[in-house]
Amino acid sequence: MANKKISVNPKSRRLMVHETVTAYLFLLPFLIFFVGFVLYPMIMCIITSFFDATMGREDIFIGFGNYKELFADPVFWKALWNTLIIVLVSVPVTCIFSLWVASAISKMPVAATSAFRCIFYLPVVTGSVAVTMVWKWMFNNYYGIFNYIGQATGMIDQPINWLGDPKYALGCIILILLTTSVGQPIVLYVSALDNVDKSLVEAAEGDGATQMQAFWKIKWPQIMPTTLYILVITTINSFQCFALIQLLTSGGPNNSTMTIMYYIYYNAFKLYRYGYGNAMGVILAIVIAILSAVQFKAGQEK
Amino acid sequence: MSKSNRLDTNQAKSKAYYIFSFVVVFILAFLFAFPLYWIITGSFKTKQEIMSTTPVWFPSVFTGANFEKLMSSRSAPLFDLKLFGYVITGPTVPAALRWLVNTVFMSVTSMLLTCLTAAMAGYVLAKKRFWGRGIIFSLIVCAMALPKQVILIPLLREMSALKMYDTIWAVIFPIVGWPFGVFLLKQFAEGIPTEMVEACRIDGASEWRTFTDVMFPMIKPGVGACAIFTFINSWNDYFMQLIMLTSSKNLTISLGIATMQAENSTDFGLLMAGSALASVPIIIVFLIFQKYFTKGITMGAVKG
Repeated sequence: MANKKISVNPKSRRLMVHETVTAYLFLLPFLIFFVGFVLYPMIMCIITSFFDATMGREDIFIGFGNYKELFADPVFWKALWNTLIIVLVSVPVTCIFSLWVASAISKMPVAATSAFRCIFYLPVVTGSVAVTMVWKWMFNNYYGIFNYIGQATGMIDQPINWLGDPKYALGCIILILLTTSVGQPIVLYVSALDNVDKSLVEAAEGDGATQMQAFWKIKWPQIMPTTLYILVITTINSFQCFALIQLLTSGGPNNSTMTIMYYIYYNAFKLYRYGYGNAMGVILAIVIAILSAVQFKAGQEK
Repeated sequence: MSKSNRLDTNQAKSKAYYIFSFVVVFILAFLFAFPLYWIITGSFKTKQEIMSTTPVWFPSVFTGANFEKLMSSRSAPLFDLKLFGYVITGPTVPAALRWLVNTVFMSVTSMLLTCLTAAMAGYVLAKKRFWGRGIIFSLIVCAMALPKQVILIPLLREMSALKMYDTIWAVIFPIVGWPFGVFLLKQFAEGIPTEMVEACRIDGASEWRTFTDVMFPMIKPGVGACAIFTFINSWNDYFMQLIMLTSSKNLTISLGIATMQAENSTDFGLLMAGSALASVPIIIVFLIFQKYFTKGITMGAVKG
């Protein structure tokens, strides 16, 4: 209670000490988990990337050895290329698709909006393993629904081994990824469009602006922060696409669906090359950081 | 064209567009719901119906054979509690049931721990000015922007060193440490007027009382959002479980299904039964708490 009087002067050093001590007591439970199981592993990831590390023996310092090997590894470049294709296709498609769906359903009655929002979120809630299993069946060579529909409508002549053919496998992965990644952007866009100043839109429409004009001139600038956020999270999610690949193709056929995330897993947990996997993790983190920074910069200039 | 005329055509056009977009959204929604429909109906189809080259759109008879197969061999204890050096083992049940128990335990524990630690941390980050606040907050934001998977290799070695490898705690602790909940609840706490907190302090309440009696009730909607968000995410988080859990009795339901797939890769009836078991409970939870969930997503994005 001694501190009570001092609180008259907010800049007092003793108050600051008191505040700091209580603050850290409140933070302590979280910090134990955060430092222990998030921050420490992150730092270790960077450190171990300079070592030749594996199971059951001491790590050997090799400087930039892992990185040198990485840049000479053709599978790594293939994985990076595939990852970039996934990101470059899925991010714009996700954003445009979810913006269109959100603007369509946000004009509907409240009950319809929330019902549709729910349905588009379902593939996310269903969980990656269950989703992957059912798509695996749908893409199946013999009993899959895609081959049936393709043949019934005359689009394909004979069954296609969708996931076993290097021509189609990556496309199939991207399609599944899209269904599981539009849920969150739609929720965000619906709420952002709700928050747009209605009187401005009505005023513009009263002056004879078309729907398109009202959208691009008034709504679009106001939902820009949401768009930025969606770009960043969708990019990160697309980079992290893993369960689909591990369960459907294991990076095959012929590395055509190999991504950075799966290659890290493959090196670390199949070949037990921890240092090499960590070096890739560091590169992945740097690529994501650069992309996010570029997106933010571009968004702020508009 | 006079102004009123132009408004009329605008209105007619927007009406046509409205109907068009409704139809398209309806078709899309149908396509998005289809995989789930296919899981649930598939889990009740007979082997012939599953294997037919012409899809059976609706099972002719609902068979329980797939679920029976899933539950056929009793191979794991329902639970085992370690108390003071004694091990209490539950009755032996099918592995899938044990996986469900593990998943529920993991999700509930992660949820409770996350909500408690995040509410406390979010409160002080929003309402207190103290040394090191800026650094802690920027570390939190940085950690959130990085892909979670880059920490997995070091985490695996850390868990082995701590003798937690292949236990459910190896999955729970990193979820609790993930700072999204803190970020979310800090946003909520910032919306509470500081005067409320100060008034309570001046009335002589301790810091802890201020938190439990004033702050916590006011950020309850945020805690609800954080709870449901953590629950669903930890239920569906696959990568961490894949790496940390190995022995059959310690698996979670989604990991269990994935492991089953390696042995029965084309028994789609069995896989659909497992998928239904993994996804239907969490979908029901989602539908019940949908409102909180949506709120959590949108609040977390503000200033994201």
